[in-house]
Amino acid sequence: MDFLEKHELYACLQCGKCTGGCPVSLRAPLNIRSLMREVLMGGSPEVALDCPGLWDCTTCAICTLRCPRGLKPSEVIVGLRAELVEGGRVPKTIIDALEGTFKHGNPWGRARQKRIEWKGDTAVKTLSDEGEAEWLYFIGCAPSYDPRLQRIPRILCRILETAGIDFGSLGTKESCCGNEIRRMGETGLFEELREENTKNFNASGVKAILTTSPHCFNTFSTEYDLDGFKVLHYTQLLADLIKEGEITFSKEVNKKVVYHDPCFLGKQHEIFDPPREILKAIPGLELLEFDRCRERSLCCEGGGGRMWAEGAGEGERNSEVRVKDAHAMGAEIIATACPFCLLTLEDGAKTTGLEEEMPIREILELVAEAMGFDDV
Amino acid sequence: MSKKHKVGVFICHCGKNIGGYINIAQLVEMVKTIPDVVISTDQKYMCSDQGQAEIKKALQEGLIDRVVVASCSPTMHEKTFRKCVSEEDFNPYLYQQVDIRENCSWVTKDIQEATYKAYELIKAGVSRVKTLEPLWSTEYPVTPTTLVIGGGIAGIIAATDILEAGFKVVLVEREDQLGGWARRIGKGFPHLTPIKDFLKEKIEVLQSHSGLKTYLSSEVVGLEGFPGNFKATIKQADDTTVEEEIGSIIVATGFKPFDARRKPEFAYGESTQVITTVEMEELLEKGELSTNGQPKEVAFIQCVGSRDKSIGNEYCSRTCCMVVAKQALLLKELIPDARVSVFYMDVRAFGKGYEEFFEKAQRSGVIYIRGNPSEVYKSGDKMLIRYEDTLLGRPQELAADLVVLSVGMEPAEGAAELINTLRATADKDGFFLEAHPKLGPLDTFSDGLFIAGCCQGPKDLPDTVAQAHGAAARATVYFHQDKVIKEPVVATIDADVCSGCGLCESICSFDALHLDEKKKRMTVQEAVCKGCGACAATCPSGAISLKHFRPSQVLAWVEGFLS
Ligand SMILES: Cc1cc2nc3c(=O)[nH]c(=O)nc-3n(C[C@H](O)[C@H](O)[C@H](O)COP(=O)(O)OP(=O)(O)OC[C@H]3O[C@@H](n4cnc5c(N)ncnc54)[C@H](O)[C@@H]3O)c2cc1C
Ligand code: SF4
Ligand code: SF4
Repeated sequence: MDFLEKHELYACLQCGKCTGGCPVSLRAPLNIRSLMREVLMGGSPEVALDCPGLWDCTTCAICTLRCPRGLKPSEVIVGLRAELVEGGRVPKTIIDALEGTFKHGNPWGRARQKRIEWKGDTAVKTLSDEGEAEWLYFIGCAPSYDPRLQRIPRILCRILETAGIDFGSLGTKESCCGNEIRRMGETGLFEELREENTKNFNASGVKAILTTSPHCFNTFSTEYDLDGFKVLHYTQLLADLIKEGEITFSKEVNKKVVYHDPCFLGKQHEIFDPPREILKAIPGLELLEFDRCRERSLCCEGGGGRMWAEGAGEGERNSEVRVKDAHAMGAEIIATACPFCLLTLEDGAKTTGLEEEMPIREILELVAEAMGFDDV
Repeated sequence: MSKKHKVGVFICHCGKNIGGYINIAQLVEMVKTIPDVVISTDQKYMCSDQGQAEIKKALQEGLIDRVVVASCSPTMHEKTFRKCVSEEDFNPYLYQQVDIRENCSWVTKDIQEATYKAYELIKAGVSRVKTLEPLWSTEYPVTPTTLVIGGGIAGIIAATDILEAGFKVVLVEREDQLGGWARRIGKGFPHLTPIKDFLKEKIEVLQSHSGLKTYLSSEVVGLEGFPGNFKATIKQADDTTVEEEIGSIIVATGFKPFDARRKPEFAYGESTQVITTVEMEELLEKGELSTNGQPKEVAFIQCVGSRDKSIGNEYCSRTCCMVVAKQALLLKELIPDARVSVFYMDVRAFGKGYEEFFEKAQRSGVIYIRGNPSEVYKSGDKMLIRYEDTLLGRPQELAADLVVLSVGMEPAEGAAELINTLRATADKDGFFLEAHPKLGPLDTFSDGLFIAGCCQGPKDLPDTVAQAHGAAARATVYFHQDKVIKEPVVATIDADVCSGCGLCESICSFDALHLDEKKKRMTVQEAVCKGCGACAATCPSGAISLKHFRPSQVLAWVEGFLS
C-alpha cells in the first residue's frame, strides 16, 4: 500500500476542518489540509517534505478526531516525519532525542541509573525483583528526570501508600513509553520500546498499570497490545479513591483554580471529569473553567515531539494565550494533569511575565497540599 | 410407483442472451433424452405471445401434464408463465422455471460447458416438476382502512388521498396536534410561500372527511394479522389501549433534528449566541431579530450532524443547504446591514428552482465561505469561529454575534421501537428501509406496510408530498381489488407427527404459528405465513413441511442433478 492509500488521501473532502481547528495553523506555516492535497496531487509524500511547519504539529489529534471522513491527518504528519527520519532530514534536537532514547531509554539522553533519582527517600518496590504488587506505576521520562517534575511521582506514591494501594515500579528497567518517539516519526524505535516495556510488564506479574502522564497512558491503551492489563491515568484512580473515601483532606486550599485539559487525556480519551472531581473534592478550592475547556480545550503545544523541537511558529504561543486567559478570568492557579502541559504552561507564564501571579500546578501538587504533605 | 408423467420443456433463446452462449439446437436434442420428457422445443422469446402460444397449444392437445420453461430467473418471469398455464385451466404449481440465463449463459464463458450446465439444470428441473402437486391460492376479504402513523405533512397528504378515494383512515399522531415539523417552518424555499397557510388548508381538507378517525397523543404499540386484515393496538394518552382493524399501513413518522450538543466543539448549549436552524426558523417567523440587540455578524455552519463520520452520520440531510439559503436571505432582508456568512463544504441545490434560489441568496449579499469550521469559542462579547477558507487556503477566525448551526435530520424519536413493532427493517442509519431503492421506494419488506416522507430518509417538502401521494396509491391497491390473494406456498403441519414442543413458534418471525392448547399440536395461520420455511428446518420431528418445497420435492431436484 502506498502512502496515498495508507492515509486514505483519495477520500479527503478538502473541507478544511482539520486546518480550521489545528491549534498551530494560525501561527505556524502548517496547513495540513493543503499538505494532504499536495501529496495526493504530487503522488508521493516527497512533495511535502520541505514544508517548514512539519515539526510544529503537536499531534493533539484535533484534526483526526473531527475529520468528517474519518481520515487521520495527524497520522499523515507522523508519516511525513517518518520519511524525514528515514532520510536523516530532521532537526538536530530531534536527532538527539531519538539517539538519547535509543541509548539510554529517555529522550534527554540521561543515564539509566539516574532514572530512579526522583525517588529521594520514597520507598517503592521494584517489580518483580523486590516482590509482587497489584499495580505497576509507570513513572515516565519527564517526571523521572526533570527536577521541576520529580516531586510529582513522589506525591503520587505517598497518596497511593496512604490509600493502601499495593504498587511497585520498574525502577531503572523502565524505558520511554515511545508515545513521543512514534510521533517524531521513529516507528522502528517505538516498536523496540514497545516490545521491551511489554516484556517488562509481563514479567512484573501485575494486571494493572498506572501512569503519571497522559502520553504514556495514550500509547499503552491505544498503541500497545496490552490485552488483559487495565491501564489507567492516575486521575482516574484518584477520583475513585476519593469517592470511596480512601483519600481524605486535612487542609484547605483557598484558591481559584482553573483546570487545563491535556489533549492526550481530554479530547483523545474523553477523560474530562475525573480531574475535575479531584479538584472539586479539595476543601476551599474554587474550580473555574476556561471557555475553551473539555473538547474545545486549547492545545498547549507540548506534544508530538514539540518538547524537543521549537517549530517554525511565530507570534503568541498557545501557552501564553492560556496563561493570559486564566489571569483575565481571575484564576489564581492553573492546574493540569500532564507533565508536558505543566512545563509548557510554566514557560508561557514566564514569557508573559505572569510567573508570579499565575502559578501552574499539577493536580497532584494541590492534592498533596490538601492532604498536608508538606515535605514532598 | 407413481404414475408416469409427460413433461414439456420449452427452451428460450432470450435473443442472444441465452442463444449467444448456449448451443440451443444441441440442448434441445439432449433434453429429449431425459426420461418422461415428451416435448423439447425452443423459441426466440418464450415470454412472447408466440412462445406462450406454443405452451398453451401443447396443453390444449393434452400432450403434457407438467411444464418446464428454461429461460431467465424466476423473479423475472415465473409469474408470466404461471399465468400463461392457468389460462389453460392448468394448475400453475405444476409449472417449474429453470434459470439458464442468470445462472448459466451470463456467467459461463465456454459454450460447450454452458450447454452442458443448462442440460443439467433442466434435468434437475424435470426431476422436480414430476413431484409437484397442484395447489390453490386463497382469497381473503379486505378491511378497506389504512392506518397512517404520524400526522406530519406526509401523513396528512397520504390520509387525505385515501379518504378522497373513498376508503377509511385511522390516523395516529404522537403529539397533541397534527402538522409535524412543517408547523414550525415559516416560509418555504424556494418560493418563500408561507407554509403554515398551506398546512392549515391541508389539515382542514383532511378533517372534512367523515371516514377519518384521529388518535392524537397516541402511539401504535402492537400489530398482528396479515395484509388486508391487520389488527393494530393503539396506546392513548391516558395509557388505555384500543384495537383497530385495518387493511394496510403507511408509516409517516418523519425525523428529528440532529442534537447539536453531540458536537460539543460548536458550544451549543454553552452560549446563547449559538443556536440551530430550527430556532432560527422560529426567530425569523416571529421577526424577533428586528428588535433591539440586532446581530451585526451572523454565521451559519452547514452540515452539523450530516456528512460526518465522527458522529456516525455519513449521509447528506438534503434539506439544510436550502434551509440555510432561505434563512440567510430572509435575515439579509430583515437586517440589511448585517454581515451574513455561510460556511459550507458543498452547496447541494438539486431541486427544481434550487440553484436559482441559491444564487439569489448569494446576490442578496450573503457570503458563502468554503470551509467546514472546526470550533466555536467565546472572546469578549463575540463568538469566534475557527475555520479555514479553503478557497484562499487561509486558516482564520470570524467573530460573530450569532452562530447558527445547520442541523441535519435523524430518525424520529422511537423509530427503532416502531420498526420492531411493525416488523419492518431499519437502514444503516436507523431510518425505515425501503424494499428497493429504485423499484420499490415506498414499499417495505413487510407486505401491506408502506412508507412516506422523512421516516425513510431526509427530504424536503416536495419530495415528502410526492412520496405521500405515492404511498396512498400503493396502500389502497388491495382495496380496489376488494380481496387479497394469498399464494399457497405455506407451511403445513402433520398433526400425527407434531409433538407440540413449540420450537417452531419461537422461530417464526411472522407470528404465523400458534399452539392449539387443547390438542397440544401446532397450527399454521396460512394467511400470515410467508413461506420462508424456517419452521420446517427447525422442527426436530420433521412434522412441518413447506408446500411446493416438501422434502421429497427438494430431494427430487437434487437427485436430478446427480442422476
Ligand atoms: C428548520 C427547518 C426548516 C425547513 N424548511 C423547509 C422549507 O422551507 N421547505 C421544504 O421543502 N422543507 C423544509 N424543511 C423540511 C420539512 O420540514 C420536511 O420535509 C417535512 O417536515 C417532512 O415531513 P414528514 O411528515 O415526513 O415528517 P415530520 O414533519 O417529522 O412529521 C412526522 C410526524 O409524525 C409524528 N410521529 C413521530 N413518531 C411517531 C410515532 N411513533 N407515533 C405517532 N406519531 C409519530 C410526529 O410527531 C410528527 O407529527 C425544513 C426542516 C427544518 C428542520
Ligand atoms: S478534515 Fe478530513 S476531509 Fe476535511 S480536509 Fe481535513 S482530512 Fe480532508
Ligand atoms: S494533530 Fe493537532 S497540531 Fe497536528 S495537524 Fe492536527 S490539529 Fe494541527
